[in-house]
Amino acid sequence: MNDRLNFDIAALKAGDRSEFARLVEETSPKIYRLLLKMLGDEADAEDALQDAYLKALRSLPNFEERSSLSTWLYRIAVNEALMQIRKRKPQVALGEDNGDDSEDVPAPVELADFCCLPESELMSGEGKQQLNRAVQTLSPPLRAVFLLRDVEDLSVRETADALGVSEQVVKTRLLRARLKLRDELSAYWSERVAAQKVEGE
Amino acid sequence: MDEHTHEHGHCRDLLGSLSDYVDGTLGELLCAELEEHLRGCSNCRVVVDTLRKTVELYHMEAEKEALPPTVRERLFSKLDLEDYLKSG
Repeated sequence: MNDRLNFDIAALKAGDRSEFARLVEETSPKIYRLLLKMLGDEADAEDALQDAYLKALRSLPNFEERSSLSTWLYRIAVNEALMQIRKRKPQVALGEDNGDDSEDVPAPVELADFCCLPESELMSGEGKQQLNRAVQTLSPPLRAVFLLRDVEDLSVRETADALGVSEQVVKTRLLRARLKLRDELSAYWSERVAAQKVEGE
Repeated sequence: MDEHTHEHGHCRDLLGSLSDYVDGTLGELLCAELEEHLRGCSNCRVVVDTLRKTVELYHMEAEKEALPPTVRERLFSKLDLEDYLKSG
């Protein structure tokens, strides 16, 4: 999502319903996808989606255009998701790695080369379930960075703007998130990789 | 596979560069150093390949996600925008 969509910001700020409807139409699929992956639950994602756009509607007159409209919407959506997560039980809210921003990144553990598995298997229903399950193992701060940068394709700068952190923090969290996901997926596929090696021998 | 593990110095040093490397934004010198290391370290090659694959799989999966029509309708209704609901 980017501002190639060319919304009429003056009209949005003045409360133009038709322009706001166009904004919702164009941006809600990506905002919903982000929320679904942040929260891992369809009902929670829908609640957060509605709350995010209600908040955007109320806040539009004060939109200062310091960031792009899409980055601003992502920021509202991430904040809604984080609020939902905080409302849950603490044991659900806390990941293993709660936003540790030190540069000391844990070393990779799993070395199964799952690149050799066929794409049809990696992207099967079960494969996709694993992708979603692995994202839920990330702490919310790491999850937010990973989703904005690698799923929604925001730049490092835009991700930093959306989350209100520095670009260095985005880079550090992104590396930790990617390595953790890589480890999770490698662990999951390791038996299949071993079996394929045996088949090949 | 060689005996070399990721607790050993050089692999650990290079770990911090991997994100930039898979994004193609690593500086020329570090990139050359990393590629030199990868030629001799099969474990690191697996880590780089699977890291790149991980990012690629999430990209591919995201492209297939859509907003369910009922979720879209309820959103428009919540925002009093029913009049603008075009057929999805």
